Amino acid sequence: MTMPVTASQPTTAVIDVQDIWKSYGEGEQQVHALRGVSLRVDEGDFVAIMGASGSGKSTLMNMLGCLDVQTSGSYHLDGVDVASLPDSKLSVLRNRKIGFIFQAFNLIPRMSAQSNVELPMLYAAVSRDERRQRARAALKLVGLADRAKHTPAELSGGQQQRVAVARSLVNAPALILADEPTGNLDSKATTDVLDIFQKVNDAGRTVVIITHENDVAARARRVVRMFDGEIISDERVLPVVATGDVAS
Amino acid sequence: MNLLEIIKSALRGITSNKLRSALTLLGVLIGVGSVILLTGVGNGSKQAVADSISSLGTNTLTIRSSGGSGVQVRSQSLTMDVVDKLSDSENAPNIAEVVPQLSSSETVASSITSSTATIVGTTSNYFAVTNSTVALGTKFTDYDVKRDAKVVVIGATLAETLYSTTDVVGDSITIDSVVYTIDGVLAVKDSAGTSDPNNSVIMPISRMQQSISGYGSLSTIVIQATDSDSISSAQSEATSVLMEAFKVTDSSDLGFTITSQTDLLTTLSSTTSTLTAMLAAVASISLVVGGIGVTNIMLVTVTERTREIGIRKALGATRFAILGQFLIEATVLSLLGGLLGVAVAYALSFFTIFGVQPVILLSSVFLAVGVSVGIGVFFGSYPANRAAAMRPVDALRHD
Ligand SMILES: Nc1ncnc2c1ncn2[C@@H]1O[C@H](COP(=O)(O)OP(=O)(O)OP(=O)(O)O)[C@@H](O)[C@H]1O
Ligand SMILES: [Mg+2]
Repeated sequence: MTMPVTASQPTTAVIDVQDIWKSYGEGEQQVHALRGVSLRVDEGDFVAIMGASGSGKSTLMNMLGCLDVQTSGSYHLDGVDVASLPDSKLSVLRNRKIGFIFQAFNLIPRMSAQSNVELPMLYAAVSRDERRQRARAALKLVGLADRAKHTPAELSGGQQQRVAVARSLVNAPALILADEPTGNLDSKATTDVLDIFQKVNDAGRTVVIITHENDVAARARRVVRMFDGEIISDERVLPVVATGDVAS
Repeated sequence: MNLLEIIKSALRGITSNKLRSALTLLGVLIGVGSVILLTGVGNGSKQAVADSISSLGTNTLTIRSSGGSGVQVRSQSLTMDVVDKLSDSENAPNIAEVVPQLSSSETVASSITSSTATIVGTTSNYFAVTNSTVALGTKFTDYDVKRDAKVVVIGATLAETLYSTTDVVGDSITIDSVVYTIDGVLAVKDSAGTSDPNNSVIMPISRMQQSISGYGSLSTIVIQATDSDSISSAQSEATSVLMEAFKVTDSSDLGFTITSQTDLLTTLSSTTSTLTAMLAAVASISLVVGGIGVTNIMLVTVTERTREIGIRKALGATRFAILGQFLIEATVLSLLGGLLGVAVAYALSFFTIFGVQPVILLSSVFLAVGVSVGIGVFFGSYPANRAAAMRPVDALRHD
């Protein structure tokens, strides 16, 4: 049920990557993790990036998340040229525009689920009361309202990842980036997490998810395949829903 | 992220490894505590010196013959004639009292036992000028001096040594086979360092000359100025009176010296200042060692929490926020250590240390705590900077 890539009105591109290269090392040992990747993701899309191990998916995700800097090429996030920004601006950009979900959950140990979810708002200077309220709402959304006081060590893997999802949503970012978010989860937990992604995407948020699993990719509107640092295929599965107003 | 929240998260960091934080605190505590306590010891000994000097008397100057000391060859002999000239209020209007003193060390005996004591032969104004209070009985009078009376006033320690009690007024005491009657016992007094006033026998100077020392020159003459403002005038008056009496003109070779309490205080306090400075230097080293402990622990903390730093950066923590978090953690750690150090030093200052009752200087408290916090910031900034400068990818890869 593959559909042609919709030639609908060019909504704002959340991600606009042009010919990005990323190399590690020097001379003989040099590894080209990305070899001229170009990718445009519109607002409201749900993209799955697939590919063999070592094909450069995580490297690309680090670029998209402004966690790393490309060797060459350009990247515009929500219209902003990322390469031109200093470290402090990048922090602010990540804070406001991107929600991360990692394979290893990356919650801060010793901090309760509630505090973990509040963290992005802490750096966004949100008032304490509002932080509490929004974190509670986010935990409720992922079905963990009753676990707010628990630390990561007291939660199952699936629950931890749902806390991480709540954390990624709490600052209402334009873009949700997930690197193998279900890699460590069983099928029930995977379904739970994917349901949330779907819900969030239906509400108009852009989601980019890296995965090895076909059934995870099956939830996406678009599947991008990578091989050896290059994009080898880009399929549109479902059209992008126009955000806000209903499309004509 | 406001300051309160940063401090809260710093405290959470500190309490997450209690033993390690406690040991670091201990390092700072010892540093700060020893700076405060040892400068307190220095200050305490300075005060003890000052107290004992003031026990020499108020507004007094001491005249000594400078025989044999240094380059001065001349040595004048202080006589009762000189005492009379100094007492003349026309020559020396700023001199209120003149106290001649003869002193020597003799064996003194009661009916029970004997001991060695300092014998001071003087006039009756000795008691008032040197702040020597008679606790029991009475002091001897001008009349006693005039008639060479065989009466004495003895120190409390000596009374205890010889009679096992201070209640000895009316008892007799034997010095050089002459028997004297004890008229009074002195109140216990701080030692001036030279000789213990509590182990002395005070008698009329005329009697001392007759029975013990002979009619040679006086040991010292103590003069008292009319008030504290006139001490230097009194000193110059005394100098000119003595120069005239001895017929000396060369002021660089007088043959006598006049020292004031202030002179003594300056000399002694410069010695104790050196002592204080040395103690402070030693203590500062432990303060620095404590500071290195803070750096060490912050380095470990930063390494241990690299992944956390990565997560925080990915979630939008700026360099400044990370820097602030670890800097405040280091500061809180050293401030806590510093405050505990103050508390411990304060508690220990109630005990005598090296025979000195420490007197804590408020300035040393502020200095030590300030320095310990400074050290926390200074030594904590290196690890904190390292944490803040880390790239999120690298920090996140860490495990
Ligand atoms: N820090 C690094 N230094 C050197 N080489 C690196 C570094 N990070 C990644 N690489 C190399 O870049 C290539 C792409 O790595 P990347 O992690 O993006 O793969 P991936 O597609 O995410 O793989 P997987 O599915 O196993 O997570 C690999 O060959 C890897 O060895
Ligand atoms: Mg990967």
